[in-house]
Amino acid sequence: MPLLNASPIKKDQDAPFVAKAKNGDFSAFETLVNRHEKRLYRFAMNLLQNQEDAEDVVQSTFISVLEHLHTFREEATFATWITRIASNTALKLLRKQKNTPISLDEATDENEEGFIPHPDFIADWRHDPSKQIEQRELQSILDKAIETLPEKHRLVFMLRDVVEMRIDETGKALGISNANVKVRLLRARLALREILTRRFGDESKRIFQTHNHGEAHSDKTSARLLFQSYQE
Amino acid sequence: MKCEEMLRMLNDYVDGEIDPAICDQFESHLEDCNPCQIVVDTIRNTIKLYKDGEVFEMPLAFREKLHQTLRERWSKKIENP
Ligand SMILES: [Zn+2]
Repeated sequence: MPLLNASPIKKDQDAPFVAKAKNGDFSAFETLVNRHEKRLYRFAMNLLQNQEDAEDVVQSTFISVLEHLHTFREEATFATWITRIASNTALKLLRKQKNTPISLDEATDENEEGFIPHPDFIADWRHDPSKQIEQRELQSILDKAIETLPEKHRLVFMLRDVVEMRIDETGKALGISNANVKVRLLRARLALREILTRRFGDESKRIFQTHNHGEAHSDKTSARLLFQSYQE
Repeated sequence: MKCEEMLRMLNDYVDGEIDPAICDQFESHLEDCNPCQIVVDTIRNTIKLYKDGEVFEMPLAFREKLHQTLRERWSKKIENP
């Protein structure tokens, strides 16, 4: 069930409020805050896994937006601009807490480079969770899933797939090579896919590794090949 | 193209950054290999859910403090631009 449709290019719906806020209208600025605060908070929580830190990041982000609004040249959307500010703020905080960018170092990735865990639960999803599950419950499922990732994978996933940074930007932000960004991203995506497919996948249509003794069914045959090659 | 190679190129394919010549091979593999197609679909679903995630409850006390702080900063900025 592919859910991804090409999304049309949208006009920045925040632009009129940005213009008013630039002219000194606080209520326009507050509208922008109301529109984005929850999303940024959630983003910061996913990234930092700590409420106090998330609050710090959201507050510093909006203060920085307030102070630098006049420099925002509207080449990107307002949402993109503030998400970038929030991710920079969050990364700075992480670095400060660790003193050195320990978890962001490359050395530990060397052995991982060649190892990609093979997909285990392979089944189409029963439905579109965003339509079938209550928003709050869905969010809790997504948050719990991302909590289980090691920080270095979580960061790459958030920056690349949520903030939509390019690979080189992500690498630069984290101080790691593009190759490492790619490996970590793949591992993060596969890990999240695994967790969510266990939850949303259609158990009755799951493709199993074991049901393949001499059967000619093409799906099962290719499933077997899939697993053999992943395990080599 | 083998399934294992597919897995290594999964990101490039999902992100639309795959070499066009390889993309054809990738897609013809998908036509014949249901498990790989499902992995691609479910990876896309996964990314989309996180990308589209919207509302999250923000602690009310924090929200009040945030708006208060911003209001004060705003006044200061107007007074001393
Ligand atoms: Zn395959």
